[in-house]
Amino acid sequence: MSHFEDVIIDIQQLSFSRSDRPIYNNVDIKIPRGKITAIMGPSGTGKTTLLKLIGGQLNPDSGKIYLDGQNIPTLNRRELFVIRERMGMLFQSGALFTDMSVFENVAFPLRVHTKLPEDMIRDIVLMKLEAVGLRGASELMPSELSGGMARRVALARAIALDPDIVMYDEPFTGQDPIAMGVLVNLIRRLNESLGHTSIIVSHDIQETLGIADYIYLVADSSVIAHGTPEELKEVNSPQVRQFMEGLPDGPVPFHFPAVDYHDDLLQRGV
Amino acid sequence: MESLARLGRFGLNNLASLGRSGMILFQAIVARPQPLTMFPLLVQQIYFVGVLSLIIIVVSGLFIGMVLGLQGYTILVDYGSEQAVGQMVALSLVRELAPVVTALLFAGRAGSALTAEIGLMKATEQLSSLEMIGVDPLRRIIAPRFWAGFICLPILAAIFSIVGIYGGALVSIEWLGIYDGSFWANMQNSVDFADDIVNGLIKSVVFGFVVTWIAVFQGYDCIPTSEGISQATTKTVVYASLAVLGLDFILTAVMFGEI
Amino acid sequence: MRMRIMEISVGAFILAGMMALVGLALNVSGLSMSSSDDTYTVYARFENIGGLTSRSKVTMSGVLIGHVTNIDLDTDQLVARVEMEIYDDVNFLSIDSSASILTAGLLGEKYIGVSVGFEEEFMQEGDYFEDTQSALVLEDLVGKFLFNEVSE
Repeated sequence: MSHFEDVIIDIQQLSFSRSDRPIYNNVDIKIPRGKITAIMGPSGTGKTTLLKLIGGQLNPDSGKIYLDGQNIPTLNRRELFVIRERMGMLFQSGALFTDMSVFENVAFPLRVHTKLPEDMIRDIVLMKLEAVGLRGASELMPSELSGGMARRVALARAIALDPDIVMYDEPFTGQDPIAMGVLVNLIRRLNESLGHTSIIVSHDIQETLGIADYIYLVADSSVIAHGTPEELKEVNSPQVRQFMEGLPDGPVPFHFPAVDYHDDLLQRGV
Repeated sequence: MESLARLGRFGLNNLASLGRSGMILFQAIVARPQPLTMFPLLVQQIYFVGVLSLIIIVVSGLFIGMVLGLQGYTILVDYGSEQAVGQMVALSLVRELAPVVTALLFAGRAGSALTAEIGLMKATEQLSSLEMIGVDPLRRIIAPRFWAGFICLPILAAIFSIVGIYGGALVSIEWLGIYDGSFWANMQNSVDFADDIVNGLIKSVVFGFVVTWIAVFQGYDCIPTSEGISQATTKTVVYASLAVLGLDFILTAVMFGEI
Repeated sequence: MRMRIMEISVGAFILAGMMALVGLALNVSGLSMSSSDDTYTVYARFENIGGLTSRSKVTMSGVLIGHVTNIDLDTDQLVARVEMEIYDDVNFLSIDSSASILTAGLLGEKYIGVSVGFEEEFMQEGDYFEDTQSALVLEDLVGKFLFNEVSE
């Protein structure tokens, strides 16, 4: 497993449960520096939870999450806020601040964490907006943007402080094909030009396979397969096949657990 | 047995949320306040919470004052003491109606909006996003809204009182023909600054604290779905109204009950 | 510009609140800035205080000179004892002044009316009014009338 030369995030023996329901059970994940790593799996397997665990917004029941040698769950509030300056996160909904313009949204992290003069902030914000192709929209309010544009603005905000790690939470969900293509391109290009580490959480197979360098497949509260996209296509486990090919029934059953169908129908009136 | 367990669970849940709301309040306003960065945010929130509530407060104050004038007159005229209508209008407004009605209207107008706004921020991950940027949402989002509510309610209550009293004066003096000298003199003789006006003000300060606390907590603690937000908004109005009415009785008993 | 309008309206809002408070103080409660807070305490015993309460007014010739602060029962003489605070600048109440409980109008509030006597010596902190007149209780009045004793 430890065949990466340079690991930036090292998750060891992670367990996490939410009100008695286990989400992760002794999971090990290593994320290589400067690459695009994808965490994939069916809905409800807690992929977003993993990002929140890395960001320190949730605390695991047990296990360690090392970011360059610092164990995130043991950090106090202040240290956590410092380490979060090294992370950018793109939320599923974009999560733009609705009471600020596009420009102010991107400028927000800069204003909070730096003491840069106003004209320098302006330059940086315009550069970031140019990178996502929305410099012309800087004076619009978030409510005036389409879903895809909102996500690109959120991406510009996430990279405003030039973070070491950018986390993408379901970046492709609910996008039309054009916006999706734009985003896929953007993630790839930004990763190459800025040299940060990208973590993508997604269940859109084709898009993710297209850009990820390495993939972890998560189901049933553990990692069921991992490898490069090419390696994963060769795996023969039925669970992996079902997810990769999108079959309706298989190890992940179509039916929610229930008593026997026949018995259930006959029981009416008892 | 099952109902006993349910009662226990109900009690535990309520205690837990009381504890959480106390923590939120403490972290938002007590722990390391940052007055400088907060000031522009506070101005913005006073605008949304206070200035935009002004119309409903002025209109209801005016009508309630006018109704008090009319009702007071029809009752007092039977005893030949219709001059006391000024006293009645002023005392009932300053002591009770201004703080209570303002707080109820405020809970409906500004409190529910606060809950919905914060709940929506939670649902659209804006609060998480703030945390990931390294900003404490309690200090950035909750604290200015809390202070704004706390500052605005006494101001609104004072405006409600004065508008209501002039509304009562309009009805009594202009329409019912009470001599304006005795209207104002009676009022000034019976209303005491320290006992009536300051006590009314203290009431609205307490109500402002409680109503915004409830509103902010319900928003922050809500289930981040559209259903959860609508439930939280309803809870804000119901809990805040009940708290205002209950506290009003206690405060009245302490202030005016010769205790 | 949007921020500017906001700031101006918030400023106006706070100003309006302060003006409302000042209006309440001056117009509604008739608070005058000059009223002195310094007072001295005197007492009076009454057979019957009628509806007198603490915070009732104490007047002389209709002018406010103080407030009732406390009412309790004098357990020695078994009559009501009224404690009142008189403003310091009213320092000319002779020791034979009298205090009576009066009613404003037929059904109005009860208050204490003070009339000054002729002695040279003035009342001090803690003194008692020797000459007092109790509240006029309507039932007593009607009773006296019925038994034809009104002429007394």
